[in-house]
Amino acid sequence: MGKWTRRAFLTAGVVAGGGLVVGVSLRPGNVAHDIAGTIEGEGETLVHAYVKIDADNVVTAMVPHSEMGQGAQTALAQMLAEELDADWNLVRFEEAPAIKEYGSYTAGRGYLFKGINFPDVVVPSVDGFMMKVAEGLQMQITGGSMSIRVTGQYGMRVAGAATREMLVNAAADAWGVPAAQISTENSRLYHKASNKEATYAEFAEAAASMTPSYTPKLKDASEFKIIGESKPRHDIPAKVNGTAMFAMDVKRPGMVYATVQRSPVFGGRVVSVDDKAARAIDGVIEVIQLPQASRSGMVGNFSTSGSVAVVADSYYTAQQGLKALKIEWGGEGNESVSSESIFEQFDRDITAGVDRQSDMSEGDVEMVFASAAKNLVADYTVPYLAHTCMEPLNATVEIKDGKADVWVGCQNPLGFRHAVADATGIDVEMVTLHNQLMGGGFGRKAISDCTIQAAQIAKAVGKPVQLVWSREEDVRQDFYRPAVQSRFRAALNDAGELLAWQNTYVDKHEPIEAPLIPYAVSSKDIGHVSSPTHVPFGAWRSVDHSQHGFFTESFIDEVAVAAGKDAYEYRAALLKDKPRHLAVLKKVADESNWQQPLGEGRGRGISLQESFGSIVAQVVEVTVTDGEVAVDRVVAAIDAGQAVSPDGVKAQIESGIVYGLTAALYGEITIEQGAVVQSNFHDYQAVRMSETPVIETHVINSGEDIGGAGEPGTPGIAPALTNAIYDATGTRVRGLPLNRFDLDFRIEETEAVG
Amino acid sequence: MAKFVINGEAQEVDVDPSTPLLWVIREKLGMTGTKFGCGMAQCGACTIQIDGAAVRSCVMPVAAAEGRDITTIEGLAPDEETLHPLQAAWIEHQVPQCGYCQSGQLMSAAALLAENPNPSDEDIDRAMDGNICRCGMYGRIKAAIKTAANNNAKPLFHNALRKQEVNHG
Ligand code: FES
Ligand code: FES
Repeated sequence: MGKWTRRAFLTAGVVAGGGLVVGVSLRPGNVAHDIAGTIEGEGETLVHAYVKIDADNVVTAMVPHSEMGQGAQTALAQMLAEELDADWNLVRFEEAPAIKEYGSYTAGRGYLFKGINFPDVVVPSVDGFMMKVAEGLQMQITGGSMSIRVTGQYGMRVAGAATREMLVNAAADAWGVPAAQISTENSRLYHKASNKEATYAEFAEAAASMTPSYTPKLKDASEFKIIGESKPRHDIPAKVNGTAMFAMDVKRPGMVYATVQRSPVFGGRVVSVDDKAARAIDGVIEVIQLPQASRSGMVGNFSTSGSVAVVADSYYTAQQGLKALKIEWGGEGNESVSSESIFEQFDRDITAGVDRQSDMSEGDVEMVFASAAKNLVADYTVPYLAHTCMEPLNATVEIKDGKADVWVGCQNPLGFRHAVADATGIDVEMVTLHNQLMGGGFGRKAISDCTIQAAQIAKAVGKPVQLVWSREEDVRQDFYRPAVQSRFRAALNDAGELLAWQNTYVDKHEPIEAPLIPYAVSSKDIGHVSSPTHVPFGAWRSVDHSQHGFFTESFIDEVAVAAGKDAYEYRAALLKDKPRHLAVLKKVADESNWQQPLGEGRGRGISLQESFGSIVAQVVEVTVTDGEVAVDRVVAAIDAGQAVSPDGVKAQIESGIVYGLTAALYGEITIEQGAVVQSNFHDYQAVRMSETPVIETHVINSGEDIGGAGEPGTPGIAPALTNAIYDATGTRVRGLPLNRFDLDFRIEETEAVG
Repeated sequence: MAKFVINGEAQEVDVDPSTPLLWVIREKLGMTGTKFGCGMAQCGACTIQIDGAAVRSCVMPVAAAEGRDITTIEGLAPDEETLHPLQAAWIEHQVPQCGYCQSGQLMSAAALLAENPNPSDEDIDRAMDGNICRCGMYGRIKAAIKTAANNNAKPLFHNALRKQEVNHG
């Protein structure tokens, strides 16, 4: 298993940063000319790579991100329409095709210059360079909550403003007036002095011949009319009548159906297959052994073991065929690994501290610990988690006349296109990827393993193939949210002030800042040791924040308790220099009536987490009856800088909270004999309606850089929940999921040593 | 050979009688609004109505549908131009995120309202607990069911929103 990392890319970026002064490529001219043939429909003019205008003055935004439910496509179109001064009623959008011109070069730039405002003169060169890097890495990714904050901010707004300028210049030429005297509103151009007026459509063609500016003037937030409005999402009507197309809904002439099983022990191999019984089933067409697959790149790096596929005339028959196979698997030495052995290994490696790498270090913690009035220690753990997107993995591939067509819903269309090209030996220019709506993504659909299998099968049977994974395969062959153990130590003085914070955990992934805390502590030492396992891992909604958010926000709660202070006030006192954090924390405290006592058996917990450029605080209220926890209410506040669509942000926070709540209450992938024990929703449960709390979300527009919304809701729910349980019962939960704990008698006080 | 009525039309299909109705509806009849999520009656993505009751089609053999009256998401709206009150409420509350679970959610909710036009929170929980939404839109689903229940007395309204088209090439 290769290391899934964005850091390699960041490193490349640092080199690039130095390289800005030397020959980085500029992108001369209007890229729209090269791709107009592909993009333009009847009566449409591609004015800018991201903007089409048709004869009826309808503006179509080309949106380079896929839709997995986050509403990003509508929000991105809003950002473009805002700067274009478009009439929102005349705005449509299309997902940009998987061609290199739409690779995430703006996204790359976001990674490279996260939160840094660099001089506008370098913008074109950075763009040009990033475009090259993005092409090389085959990225067109949707993830990291970056659609809005990166593509939107640096891509869509710039495209909208640049297009507006081009239209204005075209009108100025035609009317013989200075461009500065032309105003725009609702997709129309005006020259008031001469009483001239025209639609954008009238000047679309003239504008298309111009070169777009990379540094058009962007609006000030005070001028926004479309950004900040909760616009109804365009994708919703089709999602209430069954017409929305997901990849599994594709049907090709002559298509056959396949299903597959990969070695249950990760990294294992097929020793032998007895397929007699399977082939005897009426409708079974073929039984195929698939080679192992691997990819490397910035996102979607993986290696998988061999698998066996059954192809049939219906999916049900393929499933029957798979059940009838007798496969002997070889575990390749991992057959004895279990969750128990993995956590023992973590514990050993943390204790040994071999090659501990520092994330951050300030002051001399050891000296502080030696003389502190009170030292606290605690170990926290979380298990592996599967994604269980509502739509199990699937892909449809048709190979004909040296060309491949792929229908899939994925978070990285361009990368998947390259994966299919490599798997089939077909030139990438001959591979067309038709990206469909995703029935959930959460990070899983950035990895192309299932699509590669579909391509391998299609190539072997010479017919269009739809490969659908069973839910069991989906649970057992995931790229899991890593299990982690994290060890904490804190030093307090007599007054309960926090003097030192030390933390060592296993395995660092992304984002690198996930284990850091916002609180003012003069001595800090945060670091990690490596403790690899054979379990494949990948990005899971909010990535490393999902583990560290639980750890750090629980331990700070323990510290507050040990100090004899209120959990909210203790945090607030350590946030004096962080006005944004403080404002968000205060908001949830106020809105939840934090100070008002709750009755017997009830409790409140609080958490604060910054992730993906947004700050989220949550207060959870629980009732614990006979050891049973009911989550009654969640009050959340988010400062995402500027909410493009406030209702969209709220929906994302609700979604992120329920996703995190499922993990906190039930989420556990257990390893036994090298393989995953769980298989479907009966033993890998999801929160259902009756367990879902009332969620109130408060959106704060601080005017800071735009942050993400899809992920930041997830990390804070688990610690706020377990802190609430502590408040209600005095039981400190240091490991998830909650259903492992008997809250009736498992009362644990913070261990105080020294 | 199995015979049944689906969305008002008589159908006859020639498949292995043990085939789950889900795959008959999706593959043989080409109605893809009904979704596959688990295959073991755990998630509700495949929910349809048989004689008005919500049923998980992934575990119901086609043979068991013989002679019965099936409704899928494609047949929920009374006609092309009109939305079912639940569909209208779903749009009003901006319920779907990824949308994959929503056909099943709507079919469960419609079965509930047909039987109980004024459900309490507990009634709604009970009727909807078989439907997982991994995007976590339960709060919106519940609110939309209540809106639809309140609107039920009023006439169905014209669907202007359906005209919005999105191209997902
Ligand atoms: S697919 Fe039928 S209940 Fe999940
Ligand atoms: S909307 Fe995505 S699973 Fe419900």
